[in-house]
Amino acid sequence: MTLIFLEILSYRFFQHALAAAVLTSVLCGIVGTYIVSRRMVFISGGITHTSFGGIGIGYYLGMPPMIGAAVFSVLSALGIEYFSRKGDIRNDSMIAIFWALGMALGILFIFLTPGYAPNLMSYLFGNILTISLVELLALACLTVIIAAAFKLFYRPILYVAFDEEFARTRLIPVQLIKYLMISMIALTIVFSIRVAGIILIISLLTIPQTTANLLTRRFDRIALFSILIGLAGNIGGLILSYYLNIPSGATIILCLVMLFLAVRTIRSWKLLQT
Amino acid sequence: MTKLVELEKITAGYGNQVVLTEVSLTIHERDFLGVIGPNGGGKTTLLRVIIGLLKPLSGSVRYFAEGKDRYNFIGYLPQLMHFDPKFPITAMEVVLSGIMAGNRLIRRVTGKEKMQALQLLEQMGVFHLRDKAIGELSGGERQRLFLCRSIISNPRLLILDEPDTFVDNRFEHDLYAILRELNERMAVIMVSHDIGTISANVKTIACVNRNLHYHRSNIITEQQLAAYDCPIQLITHGNVPHTVLQQHEP
Repeated sequence: MTLIFLEILSYRFFQHALAAAVLTSVLCGIVGTYIVSRRMVFISGGITHTSFGGIGIGYYLGMPPMIGAAVFSVLSALGIEYFSRKGDIRNDSMIAIFWALGMALGILFIFLTPGYAPNLMSYLFGNILTISLVELLALACLTVIIAAAFKLFYRPILYVAFDEEFARTRLIPVQLIKYLMISMIALTIVFSIRVAGIILIISLLTIPQTTANLLTRRFDRIALFSILIGLAGNIGGLILSYYLNIPSGATIILCLVMLFLAVRTIRSWKLLQT
Repeated sequence: MTKLVELEKITAGYGNQVVLTEVSLTIHERDFLGVIGPNGGGKTTLLRVIIGLLKPLSGSVRYFAEGKDRYNFIGYLPQLMHFDPKFPITAMEVVLSGIMAGNRLIRRVTGKEKMQALQLLEQMGVFHLRDKAIGELSGGERQRLFLCRSIISNPRLLILDEPDTFVDNRFEHDLYAILRELNERMAVIMVSHDIGTISANVKTIACVNRNLHYHRSNIITEQQLAAYDCPIQLITHGNVPHTVLQQHEP
């Protein structure tokens, strides 16, 4: 068993996949804690699907689709934040408009791109085993930047998330912080698409956090536990998918859900005992 | 007396709905102002304008503080239940959030500030809850916690929006003692439904019902309320417990 494991470790594609699994665990662990705490899961789903429009435009213009997706997602995220502040349209309805428009633009632009038909499935469901070195480096940079930002600005981020209005009375630049945070969410989503895909990425941002929240009710600990739970699910799922020869993204999510159910069962059992 | 905030001919509201019309009010140092009035009369709107959370449609708000003084100028206790009780934050963190101000976003909390937070928690009787998540606290405990948060910065003007809701009788008594003590060093503005306790504790009264009537004493009679067009009825006044009935729109 150990020998076989060492053998797959020697494959470059598997090393990359493993590194990507570790990085997305850290990145999504932190950013997902913010998303779950602020109940921004639906907005995040909207931003994820909107990014597909960016991928399509990227293909059409002949630039790397991930760059198209990054620009397009950050702009839509800022747009969602801006319009939800104005408040003349229901927030969730507006997110749905962005959601659908992004997907529609993505399909149209890929259709219009002459000659080449990219493998849409790998964007929709992700394929961690095909991640390139450049994508991996970009993911590493983003992880370092976001981890550092959360470490440095932990208190303002937490306080604005908890009670925006009170933060305003303290003359904290609330709107700036909110725009920066939603941009971080958008970048996190785009850079993690390779791993879990547009449809499944929301799981990395919510399942570890929900599991961690069963164990603690402190923001910093939820983030830490989410990273650990994410690591277990990502690496476990990756290895399992390799041995069983099944899709990696789906296996990772099944592992995360199993972990969630296990923690929940143990916790309710313990609560029953006391 | 030194002026703290000056409101001049403020008209304010939300969207097309005007809630306050041409309200003028000056807050001085050491004021203890009770704000009364019917529901929807504009009490909270007035507070939000004073704090700067709501931009008035017309009129001006002037703060008599410059530069850094402006950061710790106002302490605010909002109405309960405008936040998410499931949010993962501890009681201690909530109190410490009252320190952060302005653009100094990376500053660390000093040991002295932590001590101060613990002292306040102790004083309000919620010291033992410091490591609990906000959702595990009762309404009254949360109210005490938010009071700690609003005064830890030692503001010059403390603004409280119905601090006596969800609070048990014993703490209500403590609360007013604490507020009177705080009033030695800061001005206090308090909105309350309980006109009896208000008039027993404050120095002056403002009745807000679209307009504002300022009453230079803490004793207010039914006749005066009627003259102010403030539809609140005084049932008793004195040392017995007070009951207040509010009239509804016909």
